[in-house]
Amino acid sequence: SVNPDLASERQTASFSVEKLTAWLDGGAEHTRLRRAVVKAIECDPVFSRENQYFQSQNERYEAAVRKAVHLQKKMHEMGWSENGPEFKYIYRAVSGDIAFLLHRIFMRSISVLGSDKQIAKWIPLASQYRVIGSYAQTELGHGTYLQGLETTAVFDIATQEFILNTPKISAMKWWPGDMGRSATHTVAFAQLYVHGKCYGVHPFIVQIRSLQDHSLCPGVTAGDIGPKMNYEHIDNGYLMLQNVRIPRENMLNKFCEVQPDGTYVRRGSQKINYFTMTTVRISLISDEVVIPLMKACTIAIRYSVVRRQSKLKPGEQEAKILDYQTQQEKLLPQLAAAYAFHFINSFLQELFDRGYREIQRKNFDMLPELHALSSGFKAMVTQYSTSGVEICLRACGGHGYSSLSGLPSLYTKILASCIYEGENTILFLQTARFLIKSFMAASTGQPVPPSVTYLAAVKPGKCPAKNELDFLRPDIYTEAYQHTAVRLISSTAAKLQDLIQSGVKKHNAWNQCTVQLVQAAKAHCHYISVKNFAETVEKLETKAGIQKIMKHLCDLFALHGIFSNAGVFLYDGYISGAQMDMVTAAYLDLLAIIRKDAVPLVDAFDFTDKSLNSALGSYDGQVYQRLYEWAQKSPTNKQMSPAYEKYLKPLLHNTLSKL
Amino acid sequence: EALVINDPDFQHEDLNFLSRSQRYEQAIRKSSLMVMKLREYGIADPEEIYWFKSFVHRGRPEPLDLHLGMFLPTLLTQATPEQQDRFFMPAWNLEIIGTYAQTEMGHGTHLRGLETTATYDPATQEFILNSPTVTSIKWWPGGLGKTSNHAIVLAQLYTQGQCKGLHAFIVPIRQLGTHEPLPGITVGDIGPKFGYDEMDNGYLKMDNFRIPRENMLMKYAQVEPDGTYVKPLSDKLTYGTMVFIRSLIVGDSARSLSRACTIAIRYSAVRHQSELKPGEPEPQILDYQTQQYKLFPLLATAYAFHFVGAYIKDTYRRISGDINEGDLSELPELHALTAGLKAFTSWTANAGIEECRMACGGHGYSRCSGIPDIYVTFTPSCTYEGENTVMMLQTARFLVKSYTQVSSGQRVTGMVSYLNDLSRQRIQPQHVAARTVTVRINDPVSLVEAYKARAARLVEAAAKNLQAELNHRKSKEDAWNRTSVDLVRASEAHCHYVIVKLFTAKLSEISNAAVRAVLTELCLLYALYGISKSTGDFLQAGILTDAQITQVNQRVKELLAIIRPNAVALVDSFDFHDVHLGSVLGRYDGNVYENMFEWAKKSPLNKTEVHESFHKHLKPMQAKL
Repeated sequence: SVNPDLASERQTASFSVEKLTAWLDGGAEHTRLRRAVVKAIECDPVFSRENQYFQSQNERYEAAVRKAVHLQKKMHEMGWSENGPEFKYIYRAVSGDIAFLLHRIFMRSISVLGSDKQIAKWIPLASQYRVIGSYAQTELGHGTYLQGLETTAVFDIATQEFILNTPKISAMKWWPGDMGRSATHTVAFAQLYVHGKCYGVHPFIVQIRSLQDHSLCPGVTAGDIGPKMNYEHIDNGYLMLQNVRIPRENMLNKFCEVQPDGTYVRRGSQKINYFTMTTVRISLISDEVVIPLMKACTIAIRYSVVRRQSKLKPGEQEAKILDYQTQQEKLLPQLAAAYAFHFINSFLQELFDRGYREIQRKNFDMLPELHALSSGFKAMVTQYSTSGVEICLRACGGHGYSSLSGLPSLYTKILASCIYEGENTILFLQTARFLIKSFMAASTGQPVPPSVTYLAAVKPGKCPAKNELDFLRPDIYTEAYQHTAVRLISSTAAKLQDLIQSGVKKHNAWNQCTVQLVQAAKAHCHYISVKNFAETVEKLETKAGIQKIMKHLCDLFALHGIFSNAGVFLYDGYISGAQMDMVTAAYLDLLAIIRKDAVPLVDAFDFTDKSLNSALGSYDGQVYQRLYEWAQKSPTNKQMSPAYEKYLKPLLHNTLSKL
Repeated sequence: EALVINDPDFQHEDLNFLSRSQRYEQAIRKSSLMVMKLREYGIADPEEIYWFKSFVHRGRPEPLDLHLGMFLPTLLTQATPEQQDRFFMPAWNLEIIGTYAQTEMGHGTHLRGLETTATYDPATQEFILNSPTVTSIKWWPGGLGKTSNHAIVLAQLYTQGQCKGLHAFIVPIRQLGTHEPLPGITVGDIGPKFGYDEMDNGYLKMDNFRIPRENMLMKYAQVEPDGTYVKPLSDKLTYGTMVFIRSLIVGDSARSLSRACTIAIRYSAVRHQSELKPGEPEPQILDYQTQQYKLFPLLATAYAFHFVGAYIKDTYRRISGDINEGDLSELPELHALTAGLKAFTSWTANAGIEECRMACGGHGYSRCSGIPDIYVTFTPSCTYEGENTVMMLQTARFLVKSYTQVSSGQRVTGMVSYLNDLSRQRIQPQHVAARTVTVRINDPVSLVEAYKARAARLVEAAAKNLQAELNHRKSKEDAWNRTSVDLVRASEAHCHYVIVKLFTAKLSEISNAAVRAVLTELCLLYALYGISKSTGDFLQAGILTDAQITQVNQRVKELLAIIRPNAVALVDSFDFHDVHLGSVLGRYDGNVYENMFEWAKKSPLNKTEVHESFHKHLKPMQAKL
């Protein structure tokens, strides 16, 4: 039975949860398909995550391998394929708790970077798991900056082989998933040397473990890099190569080739490499970031209507903690952000699909903009969502810290997303570089890509809002965001120019402006998110019930941003002090309005209890019962700890000195 | 420190490679030894015990924490002499190991909501303890799960059919000798958490469990044999303990943040990345402005919090003399101030530790960096000993009260005395212009004034909004709730002001000129960075102009470059031993990479060359496909 405190929240929903879910999924037929996939996976005991919180690193790894192997069988049984519509729901259904994710990247990199011949050789082997691959780029001493990699591949004409080496400890490959224990092969990135000349970083297929007994190949040292904050199920690994020889054909050579005589040939555009990075950055936003944030909101909001604490009015029952303004102010902006980022993801996906079509027509014009948007949004969404999940964790009081709440593992997992696939600060700076360039172009009247045309239309002025209600107008707040973004970008561009004109070297000037540049890039992304949210709401005309609540969330997302960054809006007086008080009032009033629909809004994300895996966040709200039952399953309660006999007993009997 | 670190008995395998049960076992082993050694060396001073313990356990929690930190002190302060005779020596000798069971599954900070009952039965002169609902199960107490054989249980006392509120009872929970739970007692571990692996946080359910009348702690309130209830005197005294514990958390915020800064700054000097200048070798990442901007304000914050922690401790010492003589006049302000500072410093440190970890890139995410461990050990302090938002609202209550006093013509003293100026401004409007602060951004004293003005403005705004809500025919509680976001902001501004003020005041006490110079830079950075992060408050109140904000932002960046050469020296001054730091990235010798490799080789997944899952899963799959 559903806890009455949670049941009552559902009775007062201002909209149809089922309709909102269908809309979020992109249509009712998608919802049906997603539910079918999730059901098929969750019914299968092999995919159970029931004991996950109690397992050791070794057990988690083994379970992930078992699941990955079983998934192959399952897909075959169900008639699902890697290219089928079901595939994107599988990952959601297993909550990413599965091995061989890097194997997939291994295959993708061969498909993108390999010649037809290489594809024909390796892809069938990999699809049948005759070989298990990894993708070894990052080194112990080198991350985001690819040119700095130190692994070497020297071409030996005599034997037509590359000799791979890890010249020093900082050059050791470090972090690649699936490499510590599972992989037999890896795509390793190394500096290519031919006839003593360095040609830069190139990808090579290297066998690291025997296909017979899985032992390491001669010259290869590899293993697991040890415990991390999360990802216990993944064997992130290290790899050291000492005079490891691979045939010439193992260099992925769609774009570059070393011919038998040592001639180096380059063909086609390198730009396509950027496209791969863009793809990965966009694809991680939904699976690795938005979904965890939605889960955290679901858990924290459901728990906040079950948990009661103190009294709001004397003589009454203790109040639900979600009725406290401070609790609403913690959680509801995160909920609004989860929706905002879901919509940004759709926006990027659409843009990306368009870009992909253009590229197939050999038109690379959209690449710079796509690259800038994917970098900036990867950074903004991961950073925002990571802090959002942490806020949810801390908003659940003591129980949030219990692993059984599900929140610690969501948090420790999502926060890795701020680092991988490009460290966020560096990504913001990439976006900033694009913005500065576009701003310069726009100010001299040259054409700029659509997302930055607003930079050309700089109009000075003041925010026209006259009262609190005006700040619920999307045109008013979108304009405020736009104004701020333009101001931050133009002032940073001016600063850069000043420095350069005063004789500071370009790179020094850039470093001296980086703090401002990051701020400008964030403002740009924030503006686009608000604008996109407002436009999404506008398109909802036909769905009146949903439109109203989405409008509230959009307002909240926008006003929360102004409220939390008041300084940048007040600076230059675009928003006056009196107007800022209106913003605050409007913002706080919205909290109370959205509060009423908070539970239906998280219900609409449609996570099953199994996928939440949380004692606090289940649909039925039987929080305390579940917490008690789950705790009893803990190994600490099942196995007799040797600590009592060995240490406590002597201590209690004061015989320790005899030990 | 050397005494502990060089003691072979306290050595063990890297905890990162151990399971929870193993970590618990190691902690128990060390705690047992620690108690023996404390006795052996004759260490009894609480401060010395605290240091000894923190070296033995390297700043981590341990299963005897509550026995030493809560059970014994509570016996001392709340037990009658007869009870002390019965329980104190056995507890001191660890025949009795106790914990303090207050929090319940459904009830935390709001103590009156606790549901556990203790019903007096005059026929047998016993209390009958019950956990009437699932939500009333005691949940979270440290050492309860597996270690303790007694607990001080807080329960609603019922006698002669009436509820007399919360009282403390000594409850035996496990059989001496066998350590088995007693009949009527259900006890166990609450399962894995975010950190605190070595602590057996536990649950406790009692079903008609009887304890003798003499097991209620009766120094203050009493139940007589016939069931007559005798009321206690003042309850303000409990403030003292809370102030003390919260002051420890402020110190802990400073220490945890200092450790994280030490690791991140040393590593940033070792790590090289990309190029700043074309053609030159990759620079130390600490040379990037963005990296400095992440780390140096945190370094300044760590120093600031050290001084705040010391200030609270000193103030507490100073006035605890007065308290013993019954003078409680200074206690409410200190109580209110420590609540806010506990919240402010723990929130800031919590976020700061994460910043430090992020600043270490991918390697920060590995447990070998030590930062994940610092984080998970520290972060619960945002919640325990008073949830931070609730703490901020306690401070706000005091601020609003002070504001109301000032409005009605009274003067207030202490840290809130700036509110007196507000009333002067209102009564004599001509003074307002004269009093406008002309902020000199290179003068810490002037910046204190700016923070003061901001605090005054936000306290006033919150108080006025509260009044406006009340005028809207709202009940007191509704009005308070609808203003609480403003109230928290006001408290934060007040705490921020206090910290800048204390840091600035500290500067004049430093006699060494070079040290004073570098700390002045840190103090300026702390104050200016705070402004740059809250420009809205300063702009809206008209404390600073747009042009000044631009100067502040510019000055922050200049200070980063000025502090850069001293950055490593400034963290070395924290003087953390490598063993205590527990970080491969933060080693004093900076030999990061070779030691990361050594560390990884010890990972449990590397115990065998070919993992068993190859034979169990991979090979059969390859055979089938």
